[in-house]
Amino acid sequence: MTQKNQYKLNVNGQTVEVTAEPRELLIYTLREQLNITGPHIGCETSHCGACTVTIDGKSVKSCTMFVAQAEGKEITTIEGLGGPDALHPLQEAFKEHHGLQCGYCTPGMITRASKLLEEIPNPTEEEIRFGMAGNICRCTGYQNIVKSIKAAAAEINAAKEAAQ
Amino acid sequence: MYNFDFEKPSTIADAVSAMAAEEAQALGGGQTLIPTLKQRLASPSKLVSLSGIAEMKGVCEADGGISVGGATTHATVAAEAGAYPALAALASNIGDPAVRNRGTIGGSLANNDPAACYPSAALASGATIETNSREIAADDYFQGMFTTALEEGEIITNVRFPIPEAASYQKFEQPASRFAMVGVFVAKYVDGVRVAVTGASEDGVFRWTEAEEALSGNFSADAVEGLSVSGDGMISDLHGSGDYRAHLVKVLTKRAVAAAS
Ligand SMILES: Cc1cc2nc3c(=O)[nH]c(=O)nc-3n(C[C@H](O)[C@H](O)[C@H](O)COP(=O)(O)OP(=O)(O)OC[C@H]3O[C@@H](n4cnc5c(N)ncnc54)[C@H](O)[C@@H]3O)c2cc1C
Ligand code: FES
Ligand code: FES
Repeated sequence: MTQKNQYKLNVNGQTVEVTAEPRELLIYTLREQLNITGPHIGCETSHCGACTVTIDGKSVKSCTMFVAQAEGKEITTIEGLGGPDALHPLQEAFKEHHGLQCGYCTPGMITRASKLLEEIPNPTEEEIRFGMAGNICRCTGYQNIVKSIKAAAAEINAAKEAAQ
Repeated sequence: MYNFDFEKPSTIADAVSAMAAEEAQALGGGQTLIPTLKQRLASPSKLVSLSGIAEMKGVCEADGGISVGGATTHATVAAEAGAYPALAALASNIGDPAVRNRGTIGGSLANNDPAACYPSAALASGATIETNSREIAADDYFQGMFTTALEEGEIITNVRFPIPEAASYQKFEQPASRFAMVGVFVAKYVDGVRVAVTGASEDGVFRWTEAEEALSGNFSADAVEGLSVSGDGMISDLHGSGDYRAHLVKVLTKRAVAAAS
């Protein structure tokens, strides 16, 4: 019955074609077919958020989506936000404010936080905790994650103002 | 996970024909079904994704109420159901942002998880569940946990909610999943008050009729003070005993009335 199909995705600005069974979870397509290993697999049960990516502008847990559902969609992973040569303000802030320890949750945290700051450009601590509820961290106790997101928000807002 | 074929129709008519295949199953946001498939608790031959059907998405106002497409995500209801604030608030507190971006009202009502939020809103509002073949009143739709009036292959296309004069949903969260340990939806209409309870009973969502009678006469938290809820038939698990859940039913009903009045 089921065979492999061709799926066209746009990942971090590039159009790619993959061959996969429809049941393949998007996180495996990203990590194992496309070598995009920023998004992590923490629980594979849609609870931890380590696999969070942005799909057509919305945060999604890529362990709870089939590659077949991602056909034709625009996907952004942590790799698409910034890299060693040009860190995204969130990456910079997590580094500066100790927003990570082991780093396992960090790609998902930052990818989700990047959307949170578009939804609410200047969030309160409460809004950050509510908006980040789907991302779990076993190390930091969250204090420094909140601090990092606030710092990045200030940075992004200041840059926006300067540009006006 | 077992293998399956995948189809993504763009009209209800095409979805209905795709669902005619043996062992075909609808796929909404997959937030419940994908975990189920991972555990090999289901083995559909084909998944019919409803997410490409434009006529099943979005919220619109329709004679004294709102109509929500069956494939509308929780995030969209939170953003667009402003005409029914208690419903929008309920949607904005389901799970977490990523779950709300994928999960749909149709999936939630079809699944009828005993701890899900939407069933209480549908039952307390006396909503009408529209499918590809008929209309089902909420009072006839819910038939015990994970059980509904839906027939094999039937698709929820729309849910119509009459808008109450006042309403509130109060959820006592199970902190790990944010599902309702107990959730109470109170809705006050011109012709009476309806109170629906989720998360508590082994029979799934139910109407607390004694509270409805008391509140229809006197819409204040004091009106339910003298009532008691029995722990018999309530869910007992590691999160809480049946007696504790029974206690929460009354506490949350009072909070909902206070928030609504
Ligand atoms: C971490 C987490 C937290 C959650 N927290 C909550 C919470 O707080 N409150 C809450 O209520 N829920 C919660 N949920 C469940 C979530 O709301 C699901 O989205 C919802 O229960 C199922 O919707 P879905 O669109 O994802 O359906 P799917 O998973 O795609 O499908 C579920 C079932 O419904 C059927 N189906 C889907 N759409 C239709 C349709 N239109 N017509 C007929 N049948 C259909 C499918 O065949 C399947 O049997 C949570 C889920 C997760 C993963
Ligand atoms: S790996 Fe996807 S939520 Fe944990
Ligand atoms: S830094 Fe280790 S899990 Fe978050």
